[in-house]
Amino acid sequence: MSLIGERGVRRILAVTAFSAISALLLIALFILNEGLPFIFRYGLHDFLLKSDWDPQAGKFGIYPMVAASLWVTFGAMVVGAPLGVAGAIFLSEFVPKSVMRVIKPTIELLAAIPSVVYGFIGVMVLAPLIRTQLGGPGLSLLAASIILGIMILPTVISISIDSIQAVPQSYREGSLALGATTWQTIHMVTVRAAKSGIIASIILGMGRAIGETMAVIMVAGNAVKIPHSALDSVRSLTANIALEMSYATGLHRQALFATGVILFVVIIILNSFAIVVLRKRVYKK
Amino acid sequence: MRIHPRYTQRLAVTILGGATLLTLAVLVFIIVFVLEKGLPVVNFRFLLTNAEDMGRSGGIFTTLIGTIVLPLLAIIVAAPLGISTAVYLTEYTLETKVTKIIRFGTDCLAGIPSIIFGLFGFIFFVTTLGLGWSILSGGLTLAFMILPTIIRTTEEAVKAVPKSYRQVSFSLGATRWQTVKRIILPNALPGILTGIMLGIGRSIGETAAVIFTAGSSLRLPTSIFDSTRTMAVHFYILAREGLSSENAYGTAATLIIAVLAINLTAYWMMGRFIAKRS
Amino acid sequence: MDCKFDIQDLSVYWRGNLSLKKVSLKISSSQILGIIGPAGSGKTTFLRSLDRMNELEPGFKAEGRVLLDGEDIYGAGYDAVTLRKKVGMVFALPVALPMSVYENVVYGPRLAGIRNHDRLDELVEQSLTAAFMWNEVKDRLDMSGLRLSGGQQQRLCLARVLAMEPEVILLDEPCSGLDPISTAKIEEALTELKKKYTIILVTNNTKQAARIADQTAFFLMGELIEMGVTDRIFTAPVHKQTDDYVTGRFG
Repeated sequence: MSLIGERGVRRILAVTAFSAISALLLIALFILNEGLPFIFRYGLHDFLLKSDWDPQAGKFGIYPMVAASLWVTFGAMVVGAPLGVAGAIFLSEFVPKSVMRVIKPTIELLAAIPSVVYGFIGVMVLAPLIRTQLGGPGLSLLAASIILGIMILPTVISISIDSIQAVPQSYREGSLALGATTWQTIHMVTVRAAKSGIIASIILGMGRAIGETMAVIMVAGNAVKIPHSALDSVRSLTANIALEMSYATGLHRQALFATGVILFVVIIILNSFAIVVLRKRVYKK
Repeated sequence: MRIHPRYTQRLAVTILGGATLLTLAVLVFIIVFVLEKGLPVVNFRFLLTNAEDMGRSGGIFTTLIGTIVLPLLAIIVAAPLGISTAVYLTEYTLETKVTKIIRFGTDCLAGIPSIIFGLFGFIFFVTTLGLGWSILSGGLTLAFMILPTIIRTTEEAVKAVPKSYRQVSFSLGATRWQTVKRIILPNALPGILTGIMLGIGRSIGETAAVIFTAGSSLRLPTSIFDSTRTMAVHFYILAREGLSSENAYGTAATLIIAVLAINLTAYWMMGRFIAKRS
Repeated sequence: MDCKFDIQDLSVYWRGNLSLKKVSLKISSSQILGIIGPAGSGKTTFLRSLDRMNELEPGFKAEGRVLLDGEDIYGAGYDAVTLRKKVGMVFALPVALPMSVYENVVYGPRLAGIRNHDRLDELVEQSLTAAFMWNEVKDRLDMSGLRLSGGQQQRLCLARVLAMEPEVILLDEPCSGLDPISTAKIEEALTELKKKYTIILVTNNTKQAARIADQTAFFLMGELIEMGVTDRIFTAPVHKQTDDYVTGRFG
């Protein structure tokens, strides 16, 4: 300690404080550096909106993957958001605190289960079920949506619970004192007060769904085509990168990094949005 | 027509309760399913013998080593950086534009998908720095990935140390660093350890970021410049290539037990921390 | 008597708001100065200016001069850490650090670099004795300080300050949360301690000032209204506001 001195310590800490932001910039720099030149050369329009992904022939239109990613994410939100928000409301308003103290960590624990395990369940249980009950190949947009919907549950539930619990007890008491039922209080007072936190939880869940890779590769079927039904096999942007990265070279590899650029930008926009919404909640209190 | 509030109340409780039960049931099913299919495969032989024939038979010993070594390296790099970042943000500066930017960057980094970390690790550590597919590349990539987790949990833990302790320490002639070393860090330690455990848990389960940076070699690594395969990657390859569903289940069960054990330890420590506070 | 503190035109701003207005006063050594005044009168801000604790909070600015033994503690190059080793402080709420009674007392000396065990043991006994609690805890020095009662914790805080062997002791309403018996013990200790130290006591309890202070200063709305020998302040104050306050007619 005396060797470095108080000023030295402060300086060292100040330098390390920039580690996270430097990591972010470094990642942005390298991904953009690899991907942007390709986008400029190939044209953003042709890259994003053409459906001719054929690396051997030098054609790199990723529209089928864009559509697949959007649909899969949308499907995941349809499955995960209502369940997650309903669960969060039920757990924080109707379940005794002691039970909740056990259930909430359990649910958060599920966020730690490796995504490959979710994918595997999709392959072994969900896909056969879809194939026999609904038809199609089983490994499909629908399977991916359901698995991703389940995967985002912990994120949605945990952040929603935090924001519902942050609503001052006096709001609820005020409403109940006016003769409202518990449910009226919840949907007219509590949920409204916790709205921004709940929205943020859904946006963060969305970010997780768009970015998820391994589980999607395992259950979505990976066919490069624009989906026409929920039972079609699809390939997401992330899956496309992971599947072809191991053997891609030259222009092909650049196209995959360019796909990474698109993902990176979308995620940063979504995250910034969620962060701003969450911050607003903090200031309001 | 207006339904009586008492009935809407009942309806709402039923729907919400049903949704909650469904959620819990699905999540519990996943764990039980994997453990039920996988646990019969797991024994000492499975854990301590090498994989044979690409993993079709034999055990998972080298992947066990990979699963220990990679997160360990990640934590050795990320923990000091993350802890000192959090200490700097909470103890050494006031809320300014700069700290806001640092926090925003941390939050953004936390949301970056693992495939992007994989791409970055591949182009930066593997290719540009010439480290190749190696434990070093994989560990450093994972360190980047878990840095935000450690920063956030440490920040929370440090903020939870009562302000009055700091005041007393300063009033007794302590410098800032003495206060951090003697009061803040010892009192925030359980919270910090929780963050570290969560970081390890996340690294153990990671696949996309690891497969492009540490590779997937089944050989026993002899140095940090060797490629290695973690259990998560091994499981992914077994399941995807359909090599052996039996071994896949076994690996998945081992993986889940490891992740659960680490996270439960983290929660247990957090619980003790909270109990001690109040 | 020597002049320990010479405060000249001290003004304090919090986030641009003037909360202490050009306060000037001299504080002599080896006596107790009581500072009284209603809430928000600036007495705590004033007290904390004397060991530069205010500057740990954002938005603090001080003007004027505070001379300790003739040296301006706000002057360039004056080290706040050195200052706080000379000027100890006991806060309103008792704060035992989460460590043993022994470690609480030697926290300051250890920071100052004292490692010798005999010396530390000696400091612990001396300080706890001077804080009137040696007999209560001498067999339980390993016990966590958090398990002491409120009154004991506050005396532990006093002992912790004494162990630094300071020159000045600042007390910020040290008895506000304590019962009468604990309060009496603290007052007894302070009366004894003033022989060796300069003591500055901020109190909400005018009777406490009347009981133990040699000099009393009355603050109101960030200004020093008057200061003088305690008896005179309580029996023949010059200003009407002081009279109103000490007789309880203030409102």
